[in-house]
Amino acid sequence: MMFEANNHFALLGLPVQFEIDTDTLQSNYRKIQSEVHPDKFVTASPAERLQSMQSATLANEAFQTLKHPTSRARYLLQLQGIETLEDSNTAMPADFLMMQMEWREAMEDAQLAKDITALEHLLSTMKNEAKAMQTVLANAIVNDPNTAAQIVRKLSFIDKVSADVQHIISRLED
Amino acid sequence: MALLQISEPGMSAAPHQHKLAVGIDLGTTNSLVATIRSGMSTVLQDEHGHALLPSVVRYLPNGEIAVGHEALAQQSKDPVNTIASVKRLMGRSLQDIVDRAHIPYHFVAGDDTQSMLQIETRAGLKNPVEISAEILKALKVRAEKALGGELTGAVITVPAYFDDAQRQATKDAARLAGLHVLRLLNEPTAAAVAYGLDNASEGIFVIYDLGGGTFDISILRLSKGVFEVMATNGDSALGGDDFDHRIYCWILDQVRANTQQFNPLNEEDTRLLLTKARQAKEWLTDNHEAEIVCKLSNGHLVEATLSASTFVELTQHLVIKTLSPTRKAMRDAELSIEDIDGVVLVGGATRMPQIRHAVEEYFKQEPLTNLDPDKVVALGAAIQANVLAGNRSDDDLLLLDVTPLSLGLETMGGLVEKIIPRNSTLPIARAQEFTTFKDGQTAMSIHVVQGERELVSDCRSLARFELRGIPPMAAGGARIRVTFQIDADGLLSVSAREQTNGVEANVVVKPAYGLSEDAIMTMLQSSFSAAESDKQARALREAIVDAERLIDAIEVALAKDGALLSTEEQQAIKAELQALKTLCQGQDSHAIHQASEALNHATEAFAARRMDASVKQALAGQDLNTLDL
Repeated sequence: MMFEANNHFALLGLPVQFEIDTDTLQSNYRKIQSEVHPDKFVTASPAERLQSMQSATLANEAFQTLKHPTSRARYLLQLQGIETLEDSNTAMPADFLMMQMEWREAMEDAQLAKDITALEHLLSTMKNEAKAMQTVLANAIVNDPNTAAQIVRKLSFIDKVSADVQHIISRLED
Repeated sequence: MALLQISEPGMSAAPHQHKLAVGIDLGTTNSLVATIRSGMSTVLQDEHGHALLPSVVRYLPNGEIAVGHEALAQQSKDPVNTIASVKRLMGRSLQDIVDRAHIPYHFVAGDDTQSMLQIETRAGLKNPVEISAEILKALKVRAEKALGGELTGAVITVPAYFDDAQRQATKDAARLAGLHVLRLLNEPTAAAVAYGLDNASEGIFVIYDLGGGTFDISILRLSKGVFEVMATNGDSALGGDDFDHRIYCWILDQVRANTQQFNPLNEEDTRLLLTKARQAKEWLTDNHEAEIVCKLSNGHLVEATLSASTFVELTQHLVIKTLSPTRKAMRDAELSIEDIDGVVLVGGATRMPQIRHAVEEYFKQEPLTNLDPDKVVALGAAIQANVLAGNRSDDDLLLLDVTPLSLGLETMGGLVEKIIPRNSTLPIARAQEFTTFKDGQTAMSIHVVQGERELVSDCRSLARFELRGIPPMAAGGARIRVTFQIDADGLLSVSAREQTNGVEANVVVKPAYGLSEDAIMTMLQSSFSAAESDKQARALREAIVDAERLIDAIEVALAKDGALLSTEEQQAIKAELQALKTLCQGQDSHAIHQASEALNHATEAFAARRMDASVKQALAGQDLNTLDL
């Protein structure tokens, strides 16, 4: 099962699609870890301990990938043979470029003003923007993978700016 | 009445009797050992009824070593040879210890600036791993006396915010003390286990753990026996000691104001005032003011009255310092204050009223203190030790812990490329591909660092290694895959492999913090008495113990899941089993090692099949169409 399963969805007992039941994801993940986690094999043979570490690592990888919408979508596209290529394909529509410039500026202004509330506000703005994009993903992945890949690139970008904002907040709070 | 069964001499009565496993809280100030007795987690006491063993080691003039209360009692008289709070020095180099002017030891740098410091004592140079091992040995003796047998293994707790070097050093100390480490367990997680099981709690809990020298904050989700760490943060150099130190500085100011005397204190006086400071801190937990009276070695009488409000003022910045990691952990877990179902206080330092107030104010709820904050970590560790040793049959406890610090590599310009982000659930592996910078480049140097900062110089260096034997190619032609694996103890190993043209250069590196395997072996050798020092006899005994452990594990697996194997496969494994058993009767440790490896190798496919079968069973009841893709 661990290694027979040919993708993360199969491993975690979920249908291969963007919309998932997060409760099932969570509970199946826990069921699998209850079987394979290294804590269950402390007194076992080295072969079993190695197997356990690999299986538990794989279960964590699968769970993390499916838990987050961006990585879940990216993974679904990979299963169709489509790489999202965030690093090399940086072409974005003009309206999104405008939006990201505004975010960057807002971030820098708030950083200079040490304004945590403004940064928090920016975070929630980006979160809402990301949510709006996610609603069209399920359909796009199936019917228009190239558009879906573009959305994933946008979401990755939002994730990255959000992480930068989080980092600034935690530095300001020190 | 049923007849009692007595087994033949030399034969064990039952193949799976209760294993003697303990949980050890190796603390900065005090250490404890606990075990499960009649289903209850219990802290073991010494012959005087003390549960806490002061984490103090004294090297005596007669060559003996005193640990605990006896050492603590002589601390002021013999400060240079009496080592306290050694945990703060674990895995640390001399340059890591910023405040050493106020620590009365004779520090000596390690072999180079990166390696672990040493302390000059009358028994010679001692490193923190050796000193910690003395504390662990004392706890091992206490446990074996109380339980009447040799320990199968121990779970040892470490601060969640300990880095790789500090974890590795702790594991080495256990090895030096002759303890088999079942698992290194994060202290707040241990506390959550004790607390959660005791109260049958469900929900999201914060563990605020302020010990003698370390501060940890962990946020866990408790649900049906699964303890899932959502985020952890902390400061591995902040604890109750720092509060003592603030009082100590205050006393010095008083002395100087009254006497105009500015001579530096000698080691005895420093230790004396630090002890008085600690006593004043403890007194102020239940009182409004503390009288500090003592006589310095020059005959000067110190008299001062410290009010609770002055103490709060003196230490306010320390209290605030704990809230910054708290906010970070909350942010990482993506939670707000209303999501928190309970806050558990752990560590003796959380007895200070200003800490309780600060926690209550931040979380807007009264913290839970129904378990003794000094004992809760050891109690939880004992529960986990019992589970890991295989004593608990109802498998309903699972801990999913995280790595506290991000892990990365040095890239061009001294910048850090993050590979594994902090708060990733363990175990975890991440691979990253690299390529060469110059034409014909045949070697690559890899520098692994741990920490959250962007610059390599601001992070902790864990390992440097070189990958050689890359086939010469044009720049950017080679494909080097570097894999980082962090195991369930939070310990890292790194492997690198060149994968073009089928040429393989493969290395596996375990980060070192200054103690090499050789250095540990030397310490191990010298720690055994002359009668035991026979290397070969020792090697043989170790080989047999390991082989017996393996035989036992495989026989259990065969008995349970033999049906997963064909008759031929079963016979092949049984033949290897028999061969190893025969060798264990002999004297050849090398042959026993080889046969053990052969047996282990023969069971690899069996291990994989068992794992698959158990996962399949766990997910049974699912829609089969979604499973068989």
